[in-house]
Amino acid sequence: MNLAIFLLALFDGVAYAALVFIVALGLTLIFGVMRILNVAHGSLYAIGAYATVSLTGYFLALGFAPVFAFPLMIVSAVLVGILIGGPLEYFLLRRIYDKSEVLQLLVTFAVFMILEDVQRLVWGTRPYFESSALQVLGNVSVFGVTYTAYQLILLPLIAVVLLLGMRFFLRHTITGKLITATTEDREAAQSIGVDADKVFLFTFVIGAVLAGLGGALASPTTSILPGMGADMIVLSFAVVATAGLGQIEGAALTALMIGLGRSFAVYLYPEISVLVPYLIMVLVLLVRPEGLFGSPAARKI
Amino acid sequence: MKTQFVKRVVAATIAAALPLAASAADKPKSLNVGMTTFLTGPASVFGVPARNAAEILVENINADGGINGVPVNISFIDEGAGAEALTSEYRRMVESGSVEVMMAAISSGNCQTLAPLAEDLQVPNLMWDCGTQRIFEENDYKYVFRTQANATPEMLATVLYLLKTTPDFKTIAVVNQDYAWGRDSWDIFRTALKAMKPDVEVVAEFFPKFGSPDFSTEISRLQALRPDVILSTSWGGDLDTFVQQASQRGLLNTSTFVLPLAESSLERLGSALTAGHIVGARGDHYFLHPDRRDDEDFQTFMQQYQDKTGEISVYPVFHASQAIAALKAAYEKAIEENGVDWPSEDQLLAALEGLTFQGLGREVTIREDNQGIEDQLLGVSVQTGDYPFATMENIMIFDGDELTTPVGQKSIDWVGTLDAGFVDSVTVDSYEN
Repeated sequence: MNLAIFLLALFDGVAYAALVFIVALGLTLIFGVMRILNVAHGSLYAIGAYATVSLTGYFLALGFAPVFAFPLMIVSAVLVGILIGGPLEYFLLRRIYDKSEVLQLLVTFAVFMILEDVQRLVWGTRPYFESSALQVLGNVSVFGVTYTAYQLILLPLIAVVLLLGMRFFLRHTITGKLITATTEDREAAQSIGVDADKVFLFTFVIGAVLAGLGGALASPTTSILPGMGADMIVLSFAVVATAGLGQIEGAALTALMIGLGRSFAVYLYPEISVLVPYLIMVLVLLVRPEGLFGSPAARKI
Repeated sequence: MKTQFVKRVVAATIAAALPLAASAADKPKSLNVGMTTFLTGPASVFGVPARNAAEILVENINADGGINGVPVNISFIDEGAGAEALTSEYRRMVESGSVEVMMAAISSGNCQTLAPLAEDLQVPNLMWDCGTQRIFEENDYKYVFRTQANATPEMLATVLYLLKTTPDFKTIAVVNQDYAWGRDSWDIFRTALKAMKPDVEVVAEFFPKFGSPDFSTEISRLQALRPDVILSTSWGGDLDTFVQQASQRGLLNTSTFVLPLAESSLERLGSALTAGHIVGARGDHYFLHPDRRDDEDFQTFMQQYQDKTGEISVYPVFHASQAIAALKAAYEKAIEENGVDWPSEDQLLAALEGLTFQGLGREVTIREDNQGIEDQLLGVSVQTGDYPFATMENIMIFDGDELTTPVGQKSIDWVGTLDAGFVDSVTVDSYEN
């Protein structure tokens, strides 16, 4: 393997990791704060993608410039967060926080199944493809290999901005500190006047927006079709579990490991590329069952 | 005395009529048919068009007075629910006694599960879409018939078209889905290619997982390798994603793509599938079929289908039409040959042997091993501007007889015995578009 091939595999891995990280970020945030593993996160990802494709298609048909696709991604992500994430937490999850984890998992899984069918009802089973946003940015050539600027530059950039932004938000803003405090000890936070319900709702909506944003950002690069949410939730769960549940920096590092592992596998031994994320997960969890960055949790009772 | 005589005559008449009465059946109120198809899951890109087509075709038959006055009634089972649910639904439908004929299936795995089941349940089953060549090569069936070709003629026609149009290529890479079809189709393709053009070098083999959302890494590596030809037998969302991503990154400009199932993605791919790439259709299926596009029945159906779905017809629509045409032809043949109002099951099975029928494509004949002989259509993509997507030019239709593995032989063995001379000896009809 020469340097050029090494760099090519590196670029591919980073681009892939960026997308996985954005989705995993929302999942791990929700888990870190609310201790709920939200399987429906995969549906929010898929709906974010579908919404972007529909909105972009609609506005481009009205004669808007293709560059308009970028704000529409954010609009879709926010819509997913507020219209689906909000009611989901407020009407459903709120009732089951004190129930057993198995029940919580089953409830979010049920929501996932329902939303899968909703997608099929609304968008049908036909694959959609809408890549205006990607085409606007054009291509970049490296060692005679053409990449899209969207995947090579924009996606990793957004991932880094989100990572730094999330760190700053949680550590240096009042709302972020409230979230961190509630995560640390919900009862103590409530006793000093933190409205934990509000914090949970807010966190869940942010997490849902991130899922939607992941879908929106993925939409120009791939076919939008039924089942895309299931694949993503499995992969991002692998990232979150490997990193340690609730670990944001860990999720970034793990996404990168999985992305690079997968792309190097395609260059060196394509047959195992599918296996790589889970191989990494198993190896890490064998050595550190709490995840790369996780700390062994003491049971409260 | 007189009454005695009458009794005897009546008894004799009844006795003479009995064998006939035993073999013919009463005319039913309706002919109930069950069809398995994907209504959910990735393969619903095939299953839903096929269901829509089947509904239109059955309506058309009934509007014409049905089959010998008996209206057809078709119901569907979702293959997307999984093999377990599928077999129990299939069994339930047959054992409830309401269904005379079944049509199954799209998935090769499902065909392999359901063919022995149909035999057990003694229900005539028309295999209407699945690709696996193994069914009749590894087993004999009495109740199972195939109303279309299989993977072998489909792949062989693709190799032949490639060798006829691009004889001088040196390197090839493959990007197939990682499941039975992706692996099996590559086996047949590679064996045929190596037999007819031994000097070709296979530079890369990728089998990304089924439903993969991202082929970026494979595309980077293909750009670095620069193979002359890139084969992908993928379909549905996987094919769309692969071609779109390859198109975005200019891979379609440096390599010739060979896409044996791209006919079913033409409309969705839009302008992404540029000119000069080989498009196949799993048989002679194309909404602008050069032999059929001027025929009235073809035009009427295409219009009906477009009005109902808003989309152009793709190959599963043609496959559905073949199964339904075979059903109608078999009943009519059995009724005529036996001089009955309605055939018994044995008469129907006898009629299916060697049956010739015509759906939306050219005529198809069912061979002695129950395998259908179907012609194969391929072309090269071109963006003419008449449609907002690629259509085909330089179309060739290969004769199905010569491409189908001879009865009693295994496909891989037979394909391996071919040589370069086969490319020039096959019967082929060429059309500009």
